[in-house]
Amino acid sequence: MTSAAPDHAPKYAQLSLPDRIGKAMPLLLVPLLVVFGFLSIGSTSSWLTLTVSGLAMGMMIFIMASGLTLVFGLMDVINFGHGAFISVGAYVGISALLALESWTGVPSLLLNVAAVLAAVIAAMCVTGALGWGFERVIVRPVYGAHLKQILVTVGGLIVIEQMIHVLWGPDEIYLTRPETLKGAVTFAGAAIEKYRLLAVVFGLALFVAMRLVLKRTKIGLIVRAGVQNGEMVEALGYHLRLVFIGVFIAGSALAGLGGVMWGLYQEVITAGMGEEMMILVFIVVIIGGLGSVEGAFIGALLVGLLQNYIAFLEPKLALISNIALMTAILMWRPQGMMPVVKAK
Amino acid sequence: MLTNLISDDRPRSLILTGLLLGILFCLALAPFLFPGVRSLETAARICIFIVLVASYDLLLGYSGIVSFAHTMFFGLGAYGVALASVHMGRGYDALIVGTVSGAVASALLALLIGLFSLRVRAIFFAMITLAVASAVAVLVSQLSGLTGGEDGLNYSIPRELTPAFKLGSLFGVSITGKLLNYYLVFFASLALFLLLLRIVNSPFGRVLQAIRENDFRAEAIGYRVVFYRTLATCLSAAVAAIAGSLFAIWLRYVGPDTTLSFEIMLDILLMVVIGGMGTMYGAVIGATIFVLAQNYLQNLMGVASGATEGLPLIPQLLDPDRWLLWLGVLFILSVYFFPTGIVGRLRSED
Amino acid sequence: MSDPILELSGVHTDIAQYHILQGVDLVVPRGGVTMLLGRNGVGKTTTLRTIIGHWQAKSGSLRFDGADITSLPTPARARAGIGFVPEDMGIFSDLTVEENMILAAASGPLDPARLDWIFAAFPPLRTFWRSEAGNLSGGQKQMLSIARAMAEERQLYLIDEPTKGLAPAIISTMAGALRDLKKKGASILLVEQNFSVAKALGDTAAVMDDGRIVWAGQMAELAGDAALQERLMGLTMEAH
Repeated sequence: MTSAAPDHAPKYAQLSLPDRIGKAMPLLLVPLLVVFGFLSIGSTSSWLTLTVSGLAMGMMIFIMASGLTLVFGLMDVINFGHGAFISVGAYVGISALLALESWTGVPSLLLNVAAVLAAVIAAMCVTGALGWGFERVIVRPVYGAHLKQILVTVGGLIVIEQMIHVLWGPDEIYLTRPETLKGAVTFAGAAIEKYRLLAVVFGLALFVAMRLVLKRTKIGLIVRAGVQNGEMVEALGYHLRLVFIGVFIAGSALAGLGGVMWGLYQEVITAGMGEEMMILVFIVVIIGGLGSVEGAFIGALLVGLLQNYIAFLEPKLALISNIALMTAILMWRPQGMMPVVKAK
Repeated sequence: MLTNLISDDRPRSLILTGLLLGILFCLALAPFLFPGVRSLETAARICIFIVLVASYDLLLGYSGIVSFAHTMFFGLGAYGVALASVHMGRGYDALIVGTVSGAVASALLALLIGLFSLRVRAIFFAMITLAVASAVAVLVSQLSGLTGGEDGLNYSIPRELTPAFKLGSLFGVSITGKLLNYYLVFFASLALFLLLLRIVNSPFGRVLQAIRENDFRAEAIGYRVVFYRTLATCLSAAVAAIAGSLFAIWLRYVGPDTTLSFEIMLDILLMVVIGGMGTMYGAVIGATIFVLAQNYLQNLMGVASGATEGLPLIPQLLDPDRWLLWLGVLFILSVYFFPTGIVGRLRSED
Repeated sequence: MSDPILELSGVHTDIAQYHILQGVDLVVPRGGVTMLLGRNGVGKTTTLRTIIGHWQAKSGSLRFDGADITSLPTPARARAGIGFVPEDMGIFSDLTVEENMILAAASGPLDPARLDWIFAAFPPLRTFWRSEAGNLSGGQKQMLSIARAMAEERQLYLIDEPTKGLAPAIISTMAGALRDLKKKGASILLVEQNFSVAKALGDTAAVMDDGRIVWAGQMAELAGDAALQERLMGLTMEAH
């Protein structure tokens, strides 16, 4: 040891101002986009309508994406079959709603909410159980091998989608929302569909709840720590595999929930809807930063808002607006907006 | 001479050699061995899919990269020929311009996607190609003014390549433009296949395999992993586009379902896995078996479905429209239990 | 003499196609500090990782506290009483210091008395209790890493190069904490390149070369024999 030692004084490595702005930048993107929308749309009422539907869409995509990003972060497992849970959730949930027509057809808020709740619970139970089976049968044999994971989970997606056709028939199913969720409220001259408003509130509540679980509970700590350094979590005495299975099941159930919500939003469900949503989900997960729940949330809102604004401003470009968004964000941050800091 | 032609990449199995020679023989003489419109369609399809699948294997098997955009490149090539033929009128110049521009556009697009996604991590590539390919597919069906939308495009190709052109008959088979067209497809496919065989057996191909085995190590030895992977992506895209062009010349029609659909992407994946990843001969075996099965097995399913009518669930499971269900199951099982495919299995038995 | 806390016999470990450990026989006595020494790349880190279970031994057996742990998964080994401080420290940098410590107490809430003891050994951890661990300095991260292992009563601590890259003042804080830990009756298996620290802390020592233990004995014996050091490690402690 040759060099002279500096005094040992605790020193907090303070982040520089640009660093802090850089960290907060993704959070600013959503309001920036909303302002951009306001300026380019011009009409306040159209802007308000579009913003609410953009947020609603974003919330639903986030619900579908959250499980996928955590599953990847925890065990480096990429599940291309995640979309199957969206479809299955939608079919189970909507079937339940159709069966409960006596509850949904009457203008009673209580009965309507009870029906939706029953549908959601049924969908989440089925997709959660399906996720558990999927993890055991499809995913477990191919840990650590991305190539095989992609191939096998794509295979799983096809099989589940085809089974939907077998069980529910080949045609899409149309539905109507429960009575009290139909129609729109008028606010500042803008007609806002009740259901979209509800989806925004519900999605926000779910995000807050998820954050609370991740920040305040021990299991949440384990998940967050596991995303960064799974080996160390095990060395502290936690069975990461069990945690992972739990997250996989929860993520599948959330995808199912997202499926029901999306079905109610579109008022039609198809077996291929999960596969279609997966495109958006992947974009959201990539631009958010693989493994990051906050990143996925922001990414989902950006995708939802942008898609709605562009569809209004320049309908032909709406389809590629997401690709353009992804390109722009990856040019700015090649790992996504909020990449998880992996130890090592 | 012969070993030079196949770049000294021997099949290394007696049965495999026999199968390959058999397939080559049947395809080379298909118009005479199996006269009839349907069998010629099947043979041409096999030729084109061998090239398409082989070019995909350059990515999946040799480079260890999963792409979901291969049909997009295939479609670009097909639409290149179609658009050129529509706008420039019937003629060989249109075919050439269409083919070349399709291939160049595909290579450029592949370069762009590769630069964005392969730089960070290979797994991004799978997701990003999926997103881009689906956006392009939707775009093609929306821009109906240019692409004909869901209906696709019909166009004329030089008369010498159509059934209307008659030359006489040979061994009782009438020689028409369609037959010439078939041989155009056959020889072009053969040339492309031999080219791919050359590529994977070149030093470049060996570097790709080294990267697939261990990219950290390859990087440490000094290979620019991103460069090699991106180049492989571009090559593979260009060859897929040319296969698409051949398909367009053969069919005289392009549409989203025949060239761009996700279902074709799944077919390609399945052919690669069944035939055997990481060997060009796998593409030959996989494509041949798959196209034959697709053409003839679905009928069988229809029969079985009809026969089991009255039983619960079974007829729905055996419905010919549920063909993909069984493909999916087969696919999963082959990845688990049969990862080296038919070629790998044959080689290990010898 | 009581039976050893840890005993490895004939342990072989492969990493990918490389045969790293080639028959490690190692005895860590109960109580006190055992130094694991040797040149770079001879398998010291792999030995620790095999003990905690991050690498699975291909053959041979591991006994901990009288029980065979060869086939136990990592979490079970940790819960049996093995604490691990990896070479890269394994800090959860997006979590706060507090959250890192809460996780470290796997079997229940943090014991306040123990926490006071840890704060006394590593005062900066109290100062930055609610800061993100990723923003700590290198020395503070190392303190946190060791503090995590200390968060619960453990019988054996595996510590990989705790003084690497640290300033002398911080090294003496580390050494003080490890001495404290030893006083409490814990057994420590310590990989250390800094020989003055090794000499000061070690009771017994084992020297590795080429994936095997080539010498084992009292630390004092090794420290006093320059020729032996030269032969085993190709250098002397003084030269370091």
